[in-house]
Amino acid sequence: MAEQLLYFFIYPGMLFAGLIGGLMSWADRKVTARVQFRKGPPLLQPFYDFLKLLLVKETILPKKGAAIFFLLAPVLALFGSTAAAVIILLPAFGIHEGFQGDIIVLFYLLVIPSLMFIAGALASGNPLSAVGASREIKLVLSYELTFILVVAGIILKAGQSIHLEHIMAIQQEQGAFITSISGILLFIAALFTIQGKIGFVPFDLAEAETEIAEGVFMEYAGTAYAIIKYTKYILLFILPVFVAEMFLGGLEFTGIQILWSILKILLVFVLMVLIRNTNPRLKIGQAMRFFLIWMNLLVIAGLVLHYLGI
Amino acid sequence: MGLKSFVLKKSLWVFHFGGASCNNCDIEILDCLTPRYDVERFGIKLVGSPRHADVLLVNGSINKRDKSRLLEVYEQAAKPVYVVAFGACGCTGGIFAEGNTFAGPVDTIIPVDAYIPGCPPKPEAMLSALMKLANTI
Repeated sequence: MAEQLLYFFIYPGMLFAGLIGGLMSWADRKVTARVQFRKGPPLLQPFYDFLKLLLVKETILPKKGAAIFFLLAPVLALFGSTAAAVIILLPAFGIHEGFQGDIIVLFYLLVIPSLMFIAGALASGNPLSAVGASREIKLVLSYELTFILVVAGIILKAGQSIHLEHIMAIQQEQGAFITSISGILLFIAALFTIQGKIGFVPFDLAEAETEIAEGVFMEYAGTAYAIIKYTKYILLFILPVFVAEMFLGGLEFTGIQILWSILKILLVFVLMVLIRNTNPRLKIGQAMRFFLIWMNLLVIAGLVLHYLGI
Repeated sequence: MGLKSFVLKKSLWVFHFGGASCNNCDIEILDCLTPRYDVERFGIKLVGSPRHADVLLVNGSINKRDKSRLLEVYEQAAKPVYVVAFGACGCTGGIFAEGNTFAGPVDTIIPVDAYIPGCPPKPEAMLSALMKLANTI
């Protein structure tokens, strides 16, 4: 029991994932700054932001709105992302605690943060937050189908295995899934899906600062917003790790493999940051069309190619 | 210097309130946010919602219609929040000071922590003012 709590709150879970996620958030801002020929923020900037919101700023409750749910939503989002972080990170760090079917559970757990952001935005009673929430709902509806198809493709490729650790073991025997053409197609779709899940730029229309004043997070201040920031840091860490586990031959943190594993995570992460920096924000119709038509076609083509054995 | 004031001064998030300005200050503020001046290296970030703001940057003359809105934005911002009056109009009213719709310079409506005079002030002046403000926290 104590061991499970340790997994959840400290080592691969909340504290550790948040710390690494904060550093990755710094890396994201630094790479963005370098792309724009700027100097960029100092290393500890994400932690300064988080601590400032947590310790210094006042938390404001909406006058017309469901105040309790407004405060509960970020906490539930944090717990959803932490549970996902534990399931994703345990096999990566070689702790054999996984269970049969964890990739299916992950699929549900990764929806919780988005759903809770939507619920919190609607509980705030702010019309612009409601616009943001409606955009986020449409975005979730469009990318979840692609995500389920990608996960289905991975399960097919791994010979009907629904155990994350087993999927990684199969890749270490037979070579990474990305080495086939169908694997490359699925990888591209997965990359855009996690871009949508994190809310990075082509798909950040739910929190567009200039149009709807940060949309879903508009009413959050102080501690509640700090928890949302922390959830975002965790997601920023675990989603690249998840893609690296699914496509790039799994992760292993022993000996020289540590270097390769870190490089794999950074490869996915840098690809995401570069997509973010070279694209403008899409309109909701464009984003839905992108996922519902083009990404789904890509994934289906990948699945067909897999059946043909390519 | 405690942890609280240290983290606050390391991450000042700015919310821009534009009054009835001639747009020259707005353009200088946008200039300050361009890669050339790079405010992000000091942890300064422009935010879209007053709920997240640590600094309210007010420019332009405040007329009778702006007054209630400025008060509302100030009350909506999560405390502690610092107010910076930007430009001659923000500090004193400038050439609009004797207009019949003028409702007083910013510091007669809400407490102001820093003044940046100039018509318009240079982006360097804004950076210097924000740094001086951060060092007083």
